[in-house]
Amino acid sequence: MTTNILEMRSITKTFPGVKALSDVTLEVARGEIHAICGENGAGKSTLMKVLSGVYPHGTYDGDIVFENETVQFRDIRDSEAKGIVIIHQELALSPYLSIAENIFLNNEVKGFAGLIDWNKTNSEAGKLLARVGLSEKPTTKIMDIGVGKQQLVEIAKALSKRVKLLILDEPTAALNDEDSDHLLDLIIHLKGQGITSIIISHKLNEIKKISDSVTIIRDGKTIETIAKADVSEDRIIKDMVGRDLEHRYPDHTPHIGEEILRVEDWTAHHPQDINRVVVDKVNLNVRAGEIVGIAGLMGAGRTEFAMSLFGRSYGTKITGKVFKNGKEIQTRNVAEAIANGLAYATEDRKEYGLNLIEDIKRNVSLASLEKLKRGGLVDDNEEFKVANEYRKSMNIKSPTVLAKTGKLSGGNQQKVVLSKWIYSDPDVLILDEPTRGIDVGAKYEIYTIINRLAAEGKGIIVISSELPELLGICDRVYALSEGRITGELPIAEATPEAVLKLMTMEKQR
Amino acid sequence: MTDTDTRATEPLGPPPTSRFGSAISHVVTDLGKNGIFIALIVVVVLFTILTDGILLRPQNISNLIVQNGYILILAIGMVLVIVAGHIDLSVGSVAAFVGAVSGVFAVQWGLPWWLAIILSLLVGALVGAWQGFWIAYVGIPAFIVTLAGMLIFRGLALAVLGNANIGSFPAEYRSLGNGYLTNLFGEFEIDPFTIGIGIIAAILIVVQQVRTRSGRQKYGQDVEPVGWFAIKLVLIVVALGFFTYALAVFKGIPITLIILGVLVIVYSIVSNRSVFGRHIFAIGGNRHAAELSGVKTRQVDFWLFVNMGFLAALAGLVFTARLNLAGPKAGDGFELEAISAAFIGGAAVAGGVGTIGGAIIGGLIIGVLNNGMSILGIGIEWQQAVKGLVLLFAVAFDVFNKRRSGGR
Repeated sequence: MTTNILEMRSITKTFPGVKALSDVTLEVARGEIHAICGENGAGKSTLMKVLSGVYPHGTYDGDIVFENETVQFRDIRDSEAKGIVIIHQELALSPYLSIAENIFLNNEVKGFAGLIDWNKTNSEAGKLLARVGLSEKPTTKIMDIGVGKQQLVEIAKALSKRVKLLILDEPTAALNDEDSDHLLDLIIHLKGQGITSIIISHKLNEIKKISDSVTIIRDGKTIETIAKADVSEDRIIKDMVGRDLEHRYPDHTPHIGEEILRVEDWTAHHPQDINRVVVDKVNLNVRAGEIVGIAGLMGAGRTEFAMSLFGRSYGTKITGKVFKNGKEIQTRNVAEAIANGLAYATEDRKEYGLNLIEDIKRNVSLASLEKLKRGGLVDDNEEFKVANEYRKSMNIKSPTVLAKTGKLSGGNQQKVVLSKWIYSDPDVLILDEPTRGIDVGAKYEIYTIINRLAAEGKGIIVISSELPELLGICDRVYALSEGRITGELPIAEATPEAVLKLMTMEKQR
Repeated sequence: MTDTDTRATEPLGPPPTSRFGSAISHVVTDLGKNGIFIALIVVVVLFTILTDGILLRPQNISNLIVQNGYILILAIGMVLVIVAGHIDLSVGSVAAFVGAVSGVFAVQWGLPWWLAIILSLLVGALVGAWQGFWIAYVGIPAFIVTLAGMLIFRGLALAVLGNANIGSFPAEYRSLGNGYLTNLFGEFEIDPFTIGIGIIAAILIVVQQVRTRSGRQKYGQDVEPVGWFAIKLVLIVVALGFFTYALAVFKGIPITLIILGVLVIVYSIVSNRSVFGRHIFAIGGNRHAAELSGVKTRQVDFWLFVNMGFLAALAGLVFTARLNLAGPKAGDGFELEAISAAFIGGAAVAGGVGTIGGAIIGGLIIGVLNNGMSILGIGIEWQQAVKGLVLLFAVAFDVFNKRRSGGR
């Protein structure tokens, strides 16, 4: 009999075209706090989805042994019945329901004739809230408490399911320091009550503080598991990034010209919580022909910065100045930003980038319809020609530009988004996670396109969660942390270790 | 890993198929796309048989247009509203209100007929601007704003009428609803003017179709096989010829049809070829993406409702002119018929999809059902039920079709 509560043995999970996990092994001892580290896309979330039954038994290879018993989960209900509860980064709470209603959602406390016993529901919820250190009334609505407390409600909900193994996916990403500390203390407290936790986190100081052991995953493989005594930030960073950077990125010889865009003291506040500063006095510049990266952890404010700059598409109380070729410009709405030569390709193609029920042609033309006007009307033959040229030059794999973009693969969808923005003929392109969710071959093509645009003298800003990608394609890298630029490194000095250090640099308090 | 060498570079061409196979597949996809058109033909044939041919008598064909003109006018505006992801429940009340106001202008104040018409259309546009303001700039859902509008403008119509009807409109005004262009070249059994217009229309349609096709070919676009193209043109010309003949032997071309024809042409161009029209579809397909592509979504929403108000006013004028009466019950239920027409015509409930042509055909299907069932003496209660079922099945068919082709 082992002391391990969980053993995942040789887990391999493939998606069409991508091997997300290969031969991953994870051993978690009973009663410990086990951290899992890895870059975005390394396979952490996939592993947790395999564990919790989101990917049911049969869709992966390998064995899961939980409490010395091989388990085969068909869905989340199966894993929860065994006491494995996962709390996702995006909280799964219904804002208009009360705390108690959320805790017992789909697990209602029933009384006479199968009706919900509200007195018991609220008193049970009250007991659970006390265990997680919340003094809110169980009847308070979720929307009326902050994110930090919502996170605690999620944990109370897990406790109501008699959790034995609690999995937290980036639990502190959206929290402030005080809430984070409280949450981490709670996890340690629960450990005292015999609850094992797996915590997925980027924050190295956090990991050092609470975890008993750390497993590092990279490219879908387990690198190593380090015991608490041996944990050091340097070792974790080395494990996380230590891959061969050669040959993943096309050669790029920069021809850097004059400054093309400069942003001064750019500040934006959260749209709802208007006192929260999300982008904090950002200063940066881009030169013609230069590829500039913005590195930052989840929640650092990268997308928020880009979208607030691009026609104030995000945030409130936005202040700061933008200069193009030395002259101040306004970007008060998207049309104005486009007219001033900016383009922003979103990180979320499906929600913000494409009209999925429309064809390639009309998606490519949408931002530049004025250019296609002949005699006041859109020339649809010309539109077809333009779209077809992009289909060929961008290698969009579709027999015709009349295909709906919703049916294309992620890589081809991304090429359509890029085509739209390249056709708008911008001087500066902001590319937000340009290779998210697309396969390696298509990634290489996207990098080649980015290089080509830089060679044409455009300024490129690349936002990416994948540090090796930024280091592989950029000429210069800014690090963003908690909405602030914490440093700027030319590519020659930008080692993964150095950038990660800047990315995790926290505000002096 | 050696990803660098394995990247695909050859573009994927269309899969090779035989010429015959591709011709067949063209016809099949065309029929699929024009399912609504086929449905109209089926309904027409069905009721022609059931009514022993009364449905297709010249007088009845002319009546079909005049009786449904105002619904078709509303359907044109409604389909655009629906494509943008909104709805307008107020059009019936707005039509009644504008009808009443036009009565005040043309009858009570005795303004010249043309001034009365222009002012009335302006009132409609202002009503649209009012609703557009709340929808676009305040952000209240169109359903709520226009539900309120339905009550507000019905109330205002009653207030303007002061519990009485306004009648005896000037003759020029009346011709909007029941005037005919005829006998311009003297009296004949078959009106030569109508025939002439029909021939010109046929020539224009053929020329336009051929030009579109050759333009596409020049740009290397896929076009339908010549044979199928020719068959379609012949069918169109034959149908047009029959229709023209029917009008020519009855009273000539209804003014309502001329208004409708102009609207269909203008709005088809607007929806397909103008930047404004493209923006409507972009908003309906994905509002966020449209916004991030520089579409001024609020402006588009606003003008869309101004336009709807204008068309509702026009429909109100045509209806009032036809009855020669502005009454409190005018426009009752118009909104539901216009919305049904748009959905039967293939507009998507979630927005982003819909055509002017589809909405017109949808409106004609409702019109033929109304007309055919009336000829057969079917009571209003069953007419309602049948129209409800047709709407339900039309949308269900659409949903089913999409699920099959979308793989979901």
